[in-house]
Amino acid sequence: MNPSEKGVVTPVRPEPIKAVPVRHPGRWAGAIIILVLAAMLVHALIFNPAFQWDVVRQTMQDDTIIHGIGVTLELTVLSMLMGVVGGVILAVMRLSPNPLLSGTAWFYIWIFRGTPVLVQLVFWNFLGAIWENLSIGIPFGPEFWSESTNKLIPTFTAALLGLGLNEAAYMAEIVRGGIQSVDEGQTEAAHALGMSRTATLRRIVLPQAMRVIVPPTGNETISMLKTTSLVQVISLSELFTAGHDIYSRTYQTIPVLVAISIYYLLMTSILTVGQYYIERYYARGANRTLPPTPFQRLRSLFAGRPAPKTGHDVVPGLEGGGHV
Amino acid sequence: MTDLTKTPRDAASAEPMVKAEGVHKSYGLVEVLKGIDLEVRQSEVFCLVGPSGSGKSTFLRCINHLEKINGGRLWVDGELVGYRQKGDRLHELKDREVALKRRDIGMVFQRFNLFPHMTAVENVMEAPVQVKRENKAAARERSMALLERVGLADKAGNYPSQLSGGQQQRVAIARALAMKPKLMLFDEPTSALDPELVGEVLDVMRGLAEEGMTMIVVTHEMGFAREVGDALVFMDGGVVVESGNPREVLTNPQHARTRAFLSKVL
Ligand SMILES: Nc1ncnc2c1ncn2[C@@H]1O[C@H](COP(=O)(O)OP(=O)(O)OP(=O)(O)O)[C@@H](O)[C@H]1O
Ligand SMILES: [Mg+2]
Repeated sequence: MNPSEKGVVTPVRPEPIKAVPVRHPGRWAGAIIILVLAAMLVHALIFNPAFQWDVVRQTMQDDTIIHGIGVTLELTVLSMLMGVVGGVILAVMRLSPNPLLSGTAWFYIWIFRGTPVLVQLVFWNFLGAIWENLSIGIPFGPEFWSESTNKLIPTFTAALLGLGLNEAAYMAEIVRGGIQSVDEGQTEAAHALGMSRTATLRRIVLPQAMRVIVPPTGNETISMLKTTSLVQVISLSELFTAGHDIYSRTYQTIPVLVAISIYYLLMTSILTVGQYYIERYYARGANRTLPPTPFQRLRSLFAGRPAPKTGHDVVPGLEGGGHV
Repeated sequence: MTDLTKTPRDAASAEPMVKAEGVHKSYGLVEVLKGIDLEVRQSEVFCLVGPSGSGKSTFLRCINHLEKINGGRLWVDGELVGYRQKGDRLHELKDREVALKRRDIGMVFQRFNLFPHMTAVENVMEAPVQVKRENKAAARERSMALLERVGLADKAGNYPSQLSGGQQQRVAIARALAMKPKLMLFDEPTSALDPELVGEVLDVMRGLAEEGMTMIVVTHEMGFAREVGDALVFMDGGVVVESGNPREVLTNPQHARTRAFLSKVL
């Protein structure tokens, strides 16, 4: 021992507490009831002939269904991209001191949020019936370039415009809420440092707003995944339309719907996991420690209590896997 | 840091660092500043005291144009704040020009206002990199030196939520210093701190004063004002009631209002 430490009373670290944890008999009873009910449900699902599980399996391997998944994913990703980018632009416009910008954004949101998506989809699809050609030129003057509307906006583009532009209006309100949730002191501090309005927004406000923006955006994405089925009205063959085409031919409605539901569920599950990690990323600094990843939770669940770390610096609650 | 050391602060430098002439500020119909006249000389520690709501924060925020003044004139280092004079007309400055002037004025807030999503060192290097386009590695090195100076080199990687109030405020001071300001504004920098943490922040400020930084300090720490302050102004109801040497004003106030206020805080 270091001689200089002599005489200093080193506090003896007390034995860790070994107490009998609180029992939860109610929890156990509840768990058993739920398990029994779940078993009954699974039984009812598997052995009811109406579900025709072999048809379900067959449908899941059907080429048009697989192709439909691709279209659904593409539509979801692209229209959410339009939604998020458009939403940020609209939100910033809406909060701008310039009345022209905020008024324009307000009007956009009013129109696109106030009318059914279905109508918007049909509108974009039949734009060619309203204006046969779209052109670029001097307003009310000569045209330099012109193209047939139907050629310019094929069905997929119409679907994208319908879904994406509508989504932008919703995302604008979500982003605006996020921006407004950030303490004004943050903007003030950034301005006092000489940062411009744009730099303040990009570096200081938006990253903090993300904590508020991400959860509802995840919601919107999952919702969008299913809303894409509306493009059936303009006969674009995504997952739902592909299924619809099959059962209107074979009349095996239930198994086909089960098959595509399984796919929808699979895709939303993946999105949920993705959302979890994005939320975790933007929690930086807001919590003293990051919440554990699902993987870490799982590990600590099977390993029992996390192994105590050596050293004195283990603060309770700072350990990731502690709370399951 | 070398540029902070100036000649000792007796230098009756020609140009005052801040000059206010009849500064008025109202919010709607409420007049908060009713004609402020004062002068802050180079390298001076200028203390601003007064009861709550007297307009101290508002005046401080006018100096770096976070608030627009409605009347009077305000100069920082010889230049009008927020306006350009052409002939006998005033022209508002563009956002970009205002931002350019704010670089030279550091501000420290009562509630720290650190950026919570950035670590201590990232907070300090943010403005040099974003505003002055400094090289990242160089800015980080300089920021580390500044953190060292406020005694927080070992906390560079911590997020604000992982720091005590006193540590957060010291990071905030380092962040303001990173822009190499010629003037520092402190708005009640120790009011949100537990009593035992006040000292560590005042020590940093004392060090700055010794190096010759011009500082305007809104504070209720009369001990600090007496010891470090070169000038003191007592404000109440949007006007300057009394001003002078801190030791004189604090021990022998001339106005009844000053006396009433001091009897409450001393
Ligand atoms: N944005 C605002 N809108 C309307 N009134 C305001 C605004 N900001 C400040 N005020 C008012 O201006 C007056 C002066 O406020 P200020 O914050 O400058 O006081 P202060 O002297 O700093 O007080 P404190 O010691 O409590 O910080 C107060 O009456 C306050 O209510
Ligand atoms: Mg104040």
